[in-house]
Amino acid sequence: MNVIEIEGLTKIYGNKKAVNNISFSVQKGEILGFLGPNGAGKSTTMNMLTGYISADGGSASVCGYNILSQPNEAKQKIGYLPEQPPLYFDMTVTEYLNFVYNLKKVTIDRKSHLIEVMKTVGLTEVKDRLIKNLSKGYKQRVGLAQALVGNPEVLILDEPTVGLDPVQIIEIRNVIKKLGKNRTIILSTHILQEVTAVCDRVVIINRGKIAASDTIQNLSGSSASGRFVLRVKGDEFQAKNILSEIAEIKSAEVLGIREKGSVDIIVEARDGADIREKVFNAFAEKNTPIIMNKPMEKTIEDVFVKVIGDTEAEQETEEMPVKRSLMEKLLRKGE
Amino acid sequence: MYAIFKKELRNYFLTPIGYVFMAPFIAFTAIYFVMMLNYQTVAMSYIFTSINTLCLFIVPVLTMQLFAEERNKKTEQLLITAPVNVSSIVLGKFFAALGVFLITLVVSLIFPIILFAMSTPSLSETITLYVGLILLWASFISVGVFISSLTESQVISAILTFAVLFVLYSVDSWTMSITSSFAKNIINILAVFTRYSDFEIGLISLSNGIYYLSFTFIFLFLTVRNIEKRRYS
Repeated sequence: MNVIEIEGLTKIYGNKKAVNNISFSVQKGEILGFLGPNGAGKSTTMNMLTGYISADGGSASVCGYNILSQPNEAKQKIGYLPEQPPLYFDMTVTEYLNFVYNLKKVTIDRKSHLIEVMKTVGLTEVKDRLIKNLSKGYKQRVGLAQALVGNPEVLILDEPTVGLDPVQIIEIRNVIKKLGKNRTIILSTHILQEVTAVCDRVVIINRGKIAASDTIQNLSGSSASGRFVLRVKGDEFQAKNILSEIAEIKSAEVLGIREKGSVDIIVEARDGADIREKVFNAFAEKNTPIIMNKPMEKTIEDVFVKVIGDTEAEQETEEMPVKRSLMEKLLRKGE
Repeated sequence: MYAIFKKELRNYFLTPIGYVFMAPFIAFTAIYFVMMLNYQTVAMSYIFTSINTLCLFIVPVLTMQLFAEERNKKTEQLLITAPVNVSSIVLGKFFAALGVFLITLVVSLIFPIILFAMSTPSLSETITLYVGLILLWASFISVGVFISSLTESQVISAILTFAVLFVLYSVDSWTMSITSSFAKNIINILAVFTRYSDFEIGLISLSNGIYYLSFTFIFLFLTVRNIEKRRYS
């Protein structure tokens, strides 16, 4: 069942399409990573999805409620942490969460619910402090707590770990993972490890368009991608000799010596074939032990850079005809 | 609406703003009260005619941060993405500002109470005065609420509110030098203060009541439209 449904969403600022005809959907219980370089349109999309700004085209619905025609029903289902947490600095954490509780017209028992929310994000020890006196990490947590008030089915988190220290980042990620077990979450970020650490599926957006949308495994390829690092005993000539006997090998590049008495080699198979067994047998025959065989997965970074690069290239080819015609005009003038 | 009302009212008295509004009001009421006694009269209208001038300075203080601050601190996002209508956000804030004024008014009741203890002024006239005062100040506050929704800066919001209230305040003195009846009609519509003089002589008329209420309503409506419009741009 699709909890979030976005179809042809478009937002135009001036003559620039900040978000251009975006469509995707998120299933119940899924954690979707929303990736893209700065200014790609992530926040704009999220603001439209939560009803903060209106769309110039297309539609977005949450749990079957359209955000424009049934805004209050849809908003009731959403917990939203914007890029900058919307905090009132003159309130204490408890006062603030009480305000949010009233604002969202929550019907769950107030006291136990707020205690539970504060416990989930780790705010219990600062609950009576003024928000303005909290550190950035705690402020971010208060923002997250705010989104959790009322137990919404859908969480939309815009860069939830930005500006936190490494320990806090890991803590918040764990919180998000825990929350994701019974909620649907959209998480925007430009930190790529975060996606690998937390998300089930990724939508990459660039210049307002969707550049890629798939699970992380599919995007980065399976472990048998045909490339791996071998560490074998002996010297590089021995190793290369053995490898040259295997026909499926496309290339074998010596990396160097990392461990005494052994050599590291990157092996790449033709057409991504799985040759690990063959390699093992070949080395075993020659009584040369393989100490390590580490598959080289494409990291999400590789995918991201490639996808962004591809869309940039597409954009350029799209723009080419215009440039050419301009050039032609200029040339004709010269004649 | 109630959540926002409560939050704003609390905020007024957590920050100095509420007191910055109340203190001059009470102080000037006290000064004019003493002066009134010196003139050997018990007409409360004397006090409030002078106090109304004060609104130019203290209403901007009351309303300047209502929306400007929310926009500046990006907390507006929380309000708008919450399951509440924009109109209830606006009403919540308006009633909070009006609430501060009403609390101030309740405190200032001490002066009529003293009067009633010492002498026998007309009760109905005093009540009329207070009704007029509430209607008049409600319309000023609605102007301030609207202007606060126009900008992100509290300072600009306060100065603009002052300027607009100043125009409304001085507009009926312009009628002297204007001959065009059309312009006079328009000025009559804007002359918020002029209509208050009816209340001063103890007159509650339906048309004045409707005038003030619709004046307030129009500015609150404009505020809602302005916030909605910004979401579409």
